[in-house]
Amino acid sequence: MSTIRRYHAASWDEPVIYELGAPGRRGVVPPSSWAPAADDLIPADLRRAADPDLPELAEYEVRRHYTHLSQQTMGMVGISLFGTCTMKHNPTVNEQITARPEVAAVHPRQDPSTYQGLLGIVHSLEDELRNLSGMSAFSFQPGGGADAAYLHTVITRAYFASKGELAQRRQIITTAQAHPCNPATAKAAGFEVITLPIEEDGYPSVEALRAVVGPHTAALMLNNPDDIGIYNPHITEFIDAVHEVGGLAFYDSANFNGVMTRLRARDLGFDACMYMLHKTFGVPKGGNGPSVGAYGCSEELARFLPGPRVVKNGETYDLIEPENSVGRVREFLGNVQQLVKAYSWTRAMGTDGLREAADLSVLANNYMEKQLMAIPGVTMAFPGKALPRLEMTRYSLEEYTAETGVTGHDVQNRMTDFGIDAFWTSHEPAFIPEPFTPEAGEMWSKEDLDEWIAVLAHVLEEGRRDPELVRTAPHNQVVAQIDGSGLDDPDTWAVTWAAYRRKTAARQTVGS
Amino acid sequence: MSPSHPYMANSAEGSRNALLEAVGVSDPDELFRQIPADHRSDDAIVPSAGIRSEFELRRMLEDRLRGVASTDSHVSFLGGGYWKHHIPALCDEIAARPEISTSVWGTPSSDHGRNQAWFEFTSQMGALVDLEFVGLPVYSWGCAAGHALRMAARLTGRSVVVIPAGLDRERRLVIETYCGYRELDGSLSIREVALDPATGTVSLAALADVLDDAVAAVYVETPNSWGVIEADIARIIDAAHAVGAEAIVGVDPISLGVMASPASFGADIVVGSLQPLGIPLNAGGGVGGFIASRDEERYARQFPTLQVSIAPTIREGERAFGMTLFGQSSYGARELGNDWTGNSVYLWAVRAAIYLALLGPQGMRELATTVVGNARRAAALIAEVPGVSVRYADGIFKEFIVDFSDTGLSVARINAALFARGILGGHDLSGTGEGLEGCALYCVTEVTSESDVRRLITALEEVVAS
Repeated sequence: MSTIRRYHAASWDEPVIYELGAPGRRGVVPPSSWAPAADDLIPADLRRAADPDLPELAEYEVRRHYTHLSQQTMGMVGISLFGTCTMKHNPTVNEQITARPEVAAVHPRQDPSTYQGLLGIVHSLEDELRNLSGMSAFSFQPGGGADAAYLHTVITRAYFASKGELAQRRQIITTAQAHPCNPATAKAAGFEVITLPIEEDGYPSVEALRAVVGPHTAALMLNNPDDIGIYNPHITEFIDAVHEVGGLAFYDSANFNGVMTRLRARDLGFDACMYMLHKTFGVPKGGNGPSVGAYGCSEELARFLPGPRVVKNGETYDLIEPENSVGRVREFLGNVQQLVKAYSWTRAMGTDGLREAADLSVLANNYMEKQLMAIPGVTMAFPGKALPRLEMTRYSLEEYTAETGVTGHDVQNRMTDFGIDAFWTSHEPAFIPEPFTPEAGEMWSKEDLDEWIAVLAHVLEEGRRDPELVRTAPHNQVVAQIDGSGLDDPDTWAVTWAAYRRKTAARQTVGS
Repeated sequence: MSPSHPYMANSAEGSRNALLEAVGVSDPDELFRQIPADHRSDDAIVPSAGIRSEFELRRMLEDRLRGVASTDSHVSFLGGGYWKHHIPALCDEIAARPEISTSVWGTPSSDHGRNQAWFEFTSQMGALVDLEFVGLPVYSWGCAAGHALRMAARLTGRSVVVIPAGLDRERRLVIETYCGYRELDGSLSIREVALDPATGTVSLAALADVLDDAVAAVYVETPNSWGVIEADIARIIDAAHAVGAEAIVGVDPISLGVMASPASFGADIVVGSLQPLGIPLNAGGGVGGFIASRDEERYARQFPTLQVSIAPTIREGERAFGMTLFGQSSYGARELGNDWTGNSVYLWAVRAAIYLALLGPQGMRELATTVVGNARRAAALIAEVPGVSVRYADGIFKEFIVDFSDTGLSVARINAALFARGILGGHDLSGTGEGLEGCALYCVTEVTSESDVRRLITALEEVVAS
């Protein structure tokens, strides 16, 4: 077992930027206009009465401030086994390539003939994903996984509208452990949502599905394996049941990492699938994007894809609008710079590397599982079922919390005191009490995994010995635990500095 | 035997073997027992070998990108909602720091710095638009407009939205998607309000014709998609309010350095693009959208976004940043939440925060002044080219319609000739609306020099004379 490292976050007691600087300072001077001076270009009644209330700092002050904020962000500089997000190494070379003007300074309205090389890379990435999924065509327009789920609901609408069945096909079926974006996007698109419960095997039953499918079924949206680490072995029966009534089956490949090169969504029978390039394909997450939900579909659905799409005509790449395109879920080709990074990553890996990554991630998860199950107070969701698990296993601290009163949230906070980024608990609904879901992935070394496990064991032991120490954690972090009691109160929430100052002043007036 | 893969520590033989031994298997394949054999697609995959050398990988990508033209290699007049502005070097430096670029979720204490940067983004955006409630970014300007229209429908219980004719096609298509299909619940129907060809702005008479008590919201932009400042924005907003509709206005945040925010005229929700605030064009991948409103519970309860609020910690006198109203998001409420949220473009929020902090109030004023001055002057010079005219010259902020129809040449042909001379001509508006054949939307900003414009004019004179 590795030793526990001493750690303390950089803490600068950094003011909000509005508390820094002084009137008249500036960080950037824009170029002067080369036009003759004129004060009346904007009509007087449309001009600002006063300059916007922005901070005033010299460039070095802005640099120091944001460098401090960067240092006060753990990100992946510690160890992050953030389950369901599939933490990956983000190669620096990809950042350097996409900072080049051939990517960064290309305007989306340039004629396609002027940036053939970039379009060619987008097309090659599509080839890579077709190979891995068996799908016929991809769109990279969705700005994230949830947006790809939304695109599926939009394509589902268009598909049934084209058949004149939309008024009848009003239901989308999902499962209790599906990511919240699946039911949310189905509802946003206008569908009624049916959620299948999880049975004692850890997945919904075919019988439960058969009880709800019918002429009103538009689509099934689910992931498999789910984020408990369990693979539904009856998945093809699910797809068949939906197809039998004329519905579409969508595969949320959120947990593709452990099955890369082993499973192909189309071969299983799915009509469409989604990959998150900002996780599975090595693209940085950016603290919530720019991300990409690559949406792949069958030949039958390809005509509904949003435009523009990159197609190859001989040696030329063209942009086209598919015949029955749904239009757009966002503008243009999507986060193109991230597509270049994903392509670079797939080429660096090759199919041999992808297989190796899947193997290592599952191997590492099973290694973790063996160690974690030996720690008193840690239990596994659905113990004894579907073993060995794939790239993730959901655990519970229910017994530990009952014993000590220390919650999973407390443990999460305390682990950050040792340079371990917060673990993922569970998406809603958290039907496992006090859940935690680490995902080892292929990137982290055995030593990193050992350190993570050692810190968890250490914190759990601390909680038995001195529960208050854990409950009041973190102690070595940038700031102490947040008091979130006012976050949902209109009198105290403040999402801008102006609101904060106004509300703080109002409270002081009341208090005076 | 391949070398261990640089992206995978346990790819080293010794590490891998240690894991295998600890787990008690000789081959990882033994761990995939959950997957039925007939689900496997191993043989369907076309194999390829990974490029483990960074040098070889880099050279392959650079070779593929060689010859790509860009707004750096060429003088560019392209706009249409995606604008070339100067990106301060510091935006690149901080956004590339791995703590920021690789972060994912964290806790309010472990990712405190990033959360503070988000709060500084919303604070500065709020200052720019004169509103106190700003959500974290959505995917794009079009998505922000779409969500705002759906917010208005929930607020009013109505289902008709009014948008301007002539709205940029890309945003228009996104809005249509967000409005749904009438066969399904929650769909919105769109009414267009015509632009007055004489002024290039929304026709108040036409607006009056489409407004009634079924209208949930009126969405307009200023400057609008033809580049024209909406001189009557206050009356448009008043007209929406008069029928009980929400007034939603889309803005170019750069323009707010000199222009009053639509909120000062009563706009309820202001949306717009993040792209001009220190974010590269990235072939359309440099976009993001913001949504802002007054800090009133009625509005705050309808946001589909995540928001970060300043809050105390359990240590006296200390502050942190946590999610507010998380429960109304789809993360908290699944299908019962407000629309949906997920990974979006939050790294751009950090870039925008740095951008606005560097520019400050004076910088934003000077920048906007330079942009409008350059654009007006460029438009005047372009209008002197024989056969070429510029529309709505008095209402220009940074984009304007150039009419080439009297030259007898198509915009496509002109643009091809300009490209051969190292220039990316304006966005072709042919086919996008009545009276726009032979027209292009030109964009001029602070990065457009006088010599760039002189070069364009010389080229245009050659092209139209040929």
